[in-house]
Amino acid sequence: MRGLLEKRPLASLMGLIGIALVVGLIFAVWPDWLVDAIGRKKVFVNTLFNGITLAGLYFLVASGFTLVFGLMRNVNMAHGSMYLLGGYIGYEVAELTGNWFFGLGASFVALMFVGVAMQMLVFRRMQGDDLRQTLVTIGISIVAADLMLAMWTGNTYQFSPPEWLYGATQLPIITAIRSSGDAVFLKYPTFRIFMLVAAIFVGLALWLFLNRSKIGMMIRAGVDDRDMLAASGVNVQLIFALVFAIGAGLAGFAGVVGGTALSISPGEDIRYLLASLVVVIVGGMGSITGAAIGALLIGLAEQFGLAYFPTYGVVITFIIMIAVLAVRPQGLMGKS
Amino acid sequence: MENNTQNFWRQQVGPVQIILGVFLLAYPFFTSDFFTFQIGAYSLLLGTVALSLMMLAGYGGMVSLAQLTVAGFAGYMIAIFGTNSAGVHGLDWPIWILVPLVIFISALFSALIGAIAVRTEGIYTIMITLAIAVAFFYFTRQNYELFNGFNGFAGVSPPSVFGVSWRDPVPFYYLTLSIAATFYFAVLYGSRSTFGLTLQAVRDNPRRMNALGYSVAAIRVFAYFLSGIIAGTAGVMLVWFNGRISPGSIGVDVAIDILVIAVVGGLKRPIGPFIGAIAFVLLENFAIDLIDRERFNTVIGGVFLLIVFLSPDGMLGIWERLRARFTRLGKTPPPVKTPEPEKAE
Repeated sequence: MRGLLEKRPLASLMGLIGIALVVGLIFAVWPDWLVDAIGRKKVFVNTLFNGITLAGLYFLVASGFTLVFGLMRNVNMAHGSMYLLGGYIGYEVAELTGNWFFGLGASFVALMFVGVAMQMLVFRRMQGDDLRQTLVTIGISIVAADLMLAMWTGNTYQFSPPEWLYGATQLPIITAIRSSGDAVFLKYPTFRIFMLVAAIFVGLALWLFLNRSKIGMMIRAGVDDRDMLAASGVNVQLIFALVFAIGAGLAGFAGVVGGTALSISPGEDIRYLLASLVVVIVGGMGSITGAAIGALLIGLAEQFGLAYFPTYGVVITFIIMIAVLAVRPQGLMGKS
Repeated sequence: MENNTQNFWRQQVGPVQIILGVFLLAYPFFTSDFFTFQIGAYSLLLGTVALSLMMLAGYGGMVSLAQLTVAGFAGYMIAIFGTNSAGVHGLDWPIWILVPLVIFISALFSALIGAIAVRTEGIYTIMITLAIAVAFFYFTRQNYELFNGFNGFAGVSPPSVFGVSWRDPVPFYYLTLSIAATFYFAVLYGSRSTFGLTLQAVRDNPRRMNALGYSVAAIRVFAYFLSGIIAGTAGVMLVWFNGRISPGSIGVDVAIDILVIAVVGGLKRPIGPFIGAIAFVLLENFAIDLIDRERFNTVIGGVFLLIVFLSPDGMLGIWERLRARFTRLGKTPPPVKTPEPEKAE
């Protein structure tokens, strides 16, 4: 942090001012002229929080995607299908046991097995042939989407999370002052806050795993030079299977979390595949930090786009992607 | 040069090609309107869109999932600048300005996609073009000012020119056939042209071409432009074929169908996409007799997986392998295998 301040004093200063400005906007009571200029404070703060929590969800989905890509150079176009499958499995288990957390755990574990199976049965056979691997995952996603449609029909499923996650939490943020002088505090859905906490938790756990454990060290070595890692006596196939398991498991985990925050229905697979694609294109392939930054950018862009420019919302996301590609084709945190 | 051209055509046209040509020309005379329009013309149209992908992927090494997006863009432009019954836009431009203009801006649109995509290589291209395709799909669905949102445009029909109603099955079939044949031969001939060879060289070793002084990015973007002409023309025909266009017609599932068609047919030769398209359309129409209609995607996805697993060159590759085996049985020496292109770093 100090290094950054010294190396880029101007940029860090601008960044700090920007952060201070946003924090100020969140906590201050807005004067009338500001409300006139950019609308009510409640809309702004809600949009900001929606963007950040959505970013949490995007990070959960995209981290698995980018992890798998980083090590295996495998663009898993079936990642969205894994998200959706995780959601359905989680729903079934949660309905069966009556406990939402069982659903969450079951979908994580089930998708881990799916991931290992895919790695062992499919990708191992076409190692190094990127294009063919990608085509196979597209084929799998077509079939998977259709079979899931057959099994769970076109209905929308809604989870019922435990009581304490349901409902809204009052935050110490004043949105407006009533004429009587009472302050109106912002209420925000508890589950979306939980989603953000879960994403931060998963992010930290991944970071610790990759940077502080021996297996994580092997994975990082594999990202840099796969052949060298194999030559030094590590069973690369085992590492591949493990990484694929974690990546797929995270997709399943995200399926339940995202399905609870929003809903689960056919077509969501494409939506989250797109989200993962854009997040990792922006953030940089194979970088967990990049996925976090990309998710934050895209989540915020999407929510602000929806709130302030309803019919051109997608364009903002898209412009971010193009701008990043123009300046840094490998993504913000990607290695060239 | 003259001699070369003659040789080229002599190589391409054999008895099989002549029989095929006669068959295609005579096709409407011995089939019903359904087979002429829904099977024949539709296969040719999908084949043409897939041809634009084959051209990029086979000769340029760029697998783009945004070809249908270009076609859809052309369709939307026809609806916006031409006539539609949705009551939004419909500027009623005369046909001889409308069609060339739409094809040209579609090609520019394709070049724009190319300019974004060529900054990256290989599998990244698939990701970026897919992202573009999905983003365009969501954009048309959200945007009511330009694209009339979820409903899209209906009542888009080809005009009557020279007293012929071009929406009728037989004229439409011949129009489609002539377009498909033109682009097929154009791609075939173009692959031997200077530009075609340059593009293939860029595919095989971009770094060396760069060192030789070629602008790799410019060559690739121009290839996107050319493929945009093909996809745009096919898009104009597709919107006339369907009579309507909406976000559903340019969804990801349809975009992936185009990839499936091109890969199943074979990405090495221009005839591949058409073979794939015929197989696809036949499956789509008659799989209903074999299995539940609802499960069509499982079948097509399964076929796609099978082809990718068994033969990376698609059905053409299977055919060629079979032929090679038969010729070996006939005790003639096996055909000389062309060496695999050198993989670039």
